[in-house]
Amino acid sequence: MEVCRDVLAAIEDTQPRLGAFITLTADHALARAAEIDQHREVWSDRPLLGVPVALKDNLCTKGISTTAASRILASFRAPYDATAVARLEAAGAVIVGKANCDEFAMGSSNENSAYGPARNPWATDRIPGGSSGGSAVAVAADLVPLALGSDTGGSVRLPAALCGVLGLKPTYGRVSRFGLLAYASSLDQIGPLARTAADAALALGVIAGHDPADATSSMRPVPDYLSALTGDVRGLRVGVPSMLARDATAAGLDPEIWGAFSGALETLRAEGAVLVEVELPTSSVAIPAYYIIAMAEASSNLARYDGVRYGFRAPGDARDDLQSMYRRSRTLGFGAEVKRRIMLGTYVLSAGYYDAYYLKAQQVRTLIRRDYDQAFQAADVVAMPTSPTPAFKIGERVDDPLQMYLADVFTVSANMAGLPAVSVPCGFTEGGLPIGLQLIGRAFDEATLLRAADAYERRTPWAAARPAA
Amino acid sequence: MSAPLTRAEVEAIAALAQLELSEVELDLFARQLADILTYVDQLKEVDTSGVPPTISVSADHDGDRPDEVRPSLDRRAALENAPEAAQEAGLFKVPRVL
Repeated sequence: MEVCRDVLAAIEDTQPRLGAFITLTADHALARAAEIDQHREVWSDRPLLGVPVALKDNLCTKGISTTAASRILASFRAPYDATAVARLEAAGAVIVGKANCDEFAMGSSNENSAYGPARNPWATDRIPGGSSGGSAVAVAADLVPLALGSDTGGSVRLPAALCGVLGLKPTYGRVSRFGLLAYASSLDQIGPLARTAADAALALGVIAGHDPADATSSMRPVPDYLSALTGDVRGLRVGVPSMLARDATAAGLDPEIWGAFSGALETLRAEGAVLVEVELPTSSVAIPAYYIIAMAEASSNLARYDGVRYGFRAPGDARDDLQSMYRRSRTLGFGAEVKRRIMLGTYVLSAGYYDAYYLKAQQVRTLIRRDYDQAFQAADVVAMPTSPTPAFKIGERVDDPLQMYLADVFTVSANMAGLPAVSVPCGFTEGGLPIGLQLIGRAFDEATLLRAADAYERRTPWAAARPAA
Repeated sequence: MSAPLTRAEVEAIAALAQLELSEVELDLFARQLADILTYVDQLKEVDTSGVPPTISVSADHDGDRPDEVRPSLDRRAALENAPEAAQEAGLFKVPRVL
């Protein structure tokens, strides 16, 4: 209870400066905390008992506002909990708030929120990364030890990297998507953000597993991720894409990111990992293929926001017909980036363009998967930076959507191939901005990713660094 | 594949997507969508002949759940978020269709 009060006070205190949250769930949290205090002994085996948790605001929470950072859902109260949320609560976690994010998870900077941007705690004039920006900020600013985000093209890993925390995107199908507001259903996955690999391992163990409500969730048993954290990476084969091994500038990589990435590889090697070069020839076109697929799926998924069953309905008059109500509700309810993606998705799926765009992108997706199948013959994990640049200034890219999309250059291929990937802090720029190392693993091999991240964390000071309060 | 989009084309896409754009948005989106489409055109350079499309990355499909009647969201809860509903009749209300 006291912990809960302190957390809520700290969130309120930092909210004007960081904008990490859209909704603070104080009453709900205090009631849960009181309940936990009463059952402390009988519930002592619950792995997350009393742990305060932030949820990205695109995860449904029964009776609590779920906005997806959109005006169109400003007054929406979900009638059920997302499966991942229900599992966290059953494990004893206390939900303290709904974290800020880009509208419907569409963005790389958290600037596309109808409720204002979230700010990077390391430099509040800079973006925290997106789309799960608020979740990363809440962990980085020590407001909560654990948050959930969702990752469609990097939306857990990118803000984790830019805010100096760990972010894990599980294998497609590892975590149920039931109750996650759909953006691009073949790419979306819920994942934890935490300070350490151990905390993320604990959280993943709780939220992973089959759910009859999500037919794409896997029946595979959930391993004990914590027991995988041996601290030992001897013999681990770390694949380095040849383009990064040879010429980093070709990849548009910031020199300081390159330096931190090389240093991280050196650390892993010193601990006994073996570096091998791998070829990922299709990665150069991963971004265009990703955006075509994501926007196509988004245009279809967001057709449900029509002002009928839930969400905003534009006020009208007696002359209104159904279609003009649809149009005005969507026009007033959605922000600019969401409209852009819906329109592009509509275009690439429209008659005459389907083969050239959507089908082509799905074929490229097959090539990306083949690249990784090949790479995992020689390597156990593939390493690359999480983000090509450190956090940029708020407003710097808002007028140039294409430039914004390039922030995802290293993250989208894991989603395209359905593979798990983790971002772990690996240093700072001279200006004091965090840098992330990304490790991509074989399908359902989160254990190896977490083992490597944990071993790396133990040898380096980065995960323990905190922004000045 | 992606000559610059005309305002009429952008308007047609918006209509398909059930959106209305202002004059300013029409110009802005015509430019931005054309930029993005030009960028994604680099996919044309990739040889995908004979490559099957990836529709799903689900590693395994463990079968459908049994076709059994189970409790679902009750009607009152389903109507609670509707901007306009007739709770007693159990209906969503919409403006006239014709």
